[in-house]
Amino acid sequence: MSYEYLDHTADVKFRAVGSTVSEMYISAADALLDTMRGDIKILEQKEISIEVEGKDHEILLHNFLEEFLFLLDAKDFLVAKIKDLSISENKIKFVVVGDSADNYKFTNDVKAITFNEMKIGEDGGKYYAEVILDV
Amino acid sequence: MIPNIFKGKLVLFLMDKNDLVKIEEGVYELPMKGEMRVPGRIFITEDMLESIDERTLKQVSNVAKLPGIQKYSYGMSDIHCGYGFPIGGVAAFDLETGVISPGGVGYDINCSVRLLRTNLVKEDLKGRENEIMDALFDAVPTGTGRVGKLKINFEELDSVLINGAKFMVERGYGTNSDLEFTEDNGCLIGGDPKDVSRRAKERGMPQLGSLGAGNHFLDILVVSEIFDKKTAEVYGLLENMVVVLIHCGSRGLGHQVASDYIKLMDEKYGHPEFDRELVHAPIGSLLGQKYLSAMRCAANFAFANKQLITHNVREAMKKFFPEFKMDVVADICHNIAKIEKHMGRELLIMRKGATRSFGPKRKEIPSKYRGVGYPILIPGSMGTSSYVLAGTNRAEEISFGSTAHGAGREKSRTEARANVTYESAVKNMKDLGVYVKSRSHKGIIEEAPSSYKDVSEVVRVSDSLGIGKKVVRLDPLIVVIG
Repeated sequence: MSYEYLDHTADVKFRAVGSTVSEMYISAADALLDTMRGDIKILEQKEISIEVEGKDHEILLHNFLEEFLFLLDAKDFLVAKIKDLSISENKIKFVVVGDSADNYKFTNDVKAITFNEMKIGEDGGKYYAEVILDV
Repeated sequence: MIPNIFKGKLVLFLMDKNDLVKIEEGVYELPMKGEMRVPGRIFITEDMLESIDERTLKQVSNVAKLPGIQKYSYGMSDIHCGYGFPIGGVAAFDLETGVISPGGVGYDINCSVRLLRTNLVKEDLKGRENEIMDALFDAVPTGTGRVGKLKINFEELDSVLINGAKFMVERGYGTNSDLEFTEDNGCLIGGDPKDVSRRAKERGMPQLGSLGAGNHFLDILVVSEIFDKKTAEVYGLLENMVVVLIHCGSRGLGHQVASDYIKLMDEKYGHPEFDRELVHAPIGSLLGQKYLSAMRCAANFAFANKQLITHNVREAMKKFFPEFKMDVVADICHNIAKIEKHMGRELLIMRKGATRSFGPKRKEIPSKYRGVGYPILIPGSMGTSSYVLAGTNRAEEISFGSTAHGAGREKSRTEARANVTYESAVKNMKDLGVYVKSRSHKGIIEEAPSSYKDVSEVVRVSDSLGIGKKVVRLDPLIVVIG
């Protein structure tokens, strides 16, 4: 599970990879969360179960990532880790573990997940996703 | 002139991009090619060419492919790569045959700037800069996802979405004069909260009165140079006067509205092969109208947000200066779609990272400004000068009443992090006599002026083309960034 940042002038672009689609999703979430909260340690205080749908791969990934922005803005919830992620054709279920964002000092720059230059695919037996975050 | 190191690259890119054609000084054309319905027009100088990358030009040409586009796909002098439209992108659409795209407005709907003049002069702040900066920092929460100071319920939020800044003024958080000098009086008519999802409302509700992050800021500046005395007087700006500049938008609510409608339009109409962000709907369609309504609601949220911040700044400053007074000079949208009349015809104008430039006599502008044009506010990057320009009738002729909106990012955040340290950024600011505060070191590093285009050059292009005439220069004293 891993990701790297790619060059982009105005925004943040990352490429997340994984041996399975689920791993790739978790890598993408890591890339987003690291951008949102930096490398601060978040305590594992609460769990929330989440289910997200999307009519195609790109929309599913978009909706999945957007959930983390929603959790922070609307629920003041900052994610420490993701567990029990399962993915089917157009649905993804997972559990987020984390803490109230109010307990931490950090700056989240991410306004939105974009579809711009979004790429999802398979390369050399690994799954990858490229995403630009509007910051 | 183009520095030698760029020459090789430029030739390659020009050949690659099928040459930008120089029309006149400061105006380049991207000729029609493929599915483009109109050519592109970019307002830049030869020196600025080097900073325009291929992705940006591709975005100009993509916008030119949208149905109903009129005359040109425009790029203002601060143009850089965005998503869907470039930042600094402007396009006009016929109301019958045209389309509306959330990608033409952006995620931060009504990201906008408000300028306020005060009854202080620079010397009044001397020796108290740190205290004042801390007080402002406490009065105005920063950082995306950070909560504001006003708690409201869903019913009140709906009223914010309908009424914009007026909601705040009616509750005592501002004056009628604040509304009078704000673009569209701080309220876009025709927003129906039913068109805004529950999710968007949940994201925005806790955030009223907060600044956000990234390039959003609250600055205290001084009027340091006057170019046009008559117009400056009409705007109430005098040399050495302390002014306040606030840059923020519609927070999570606006971001979610954009995201929701990108998906809804995709569902109903599919998306263009060339860019999913340029998904669109006919202006007259139900979905097109619903997006316009939701976008207006988000714009009104942004107006209300900035109004509340204004109030909180007034209260914070009164603790230092009991007689403190602060009046709105102008408040101008950066990311917006509006129906406007140009050359006798109603059109939908989308401005993404661009501002309105309305000259004398336009009925939309306050009567006090009708002899000189509505102000255009061009903030510089952190620690550099900002400018006030006046809108012109010329802009209505050549750019559907539009001009640049800021310095425009030139280097990526990654590059900034690699080349700038927190200590060096703060020292640079200190050397310039600027006090700066942010929630994080990261914000200060990424917003370092070396990552931005030179705002003076951006302003010079607007001024020499006549799409915004220089009125005053503002130099920063205190900077609070998200």
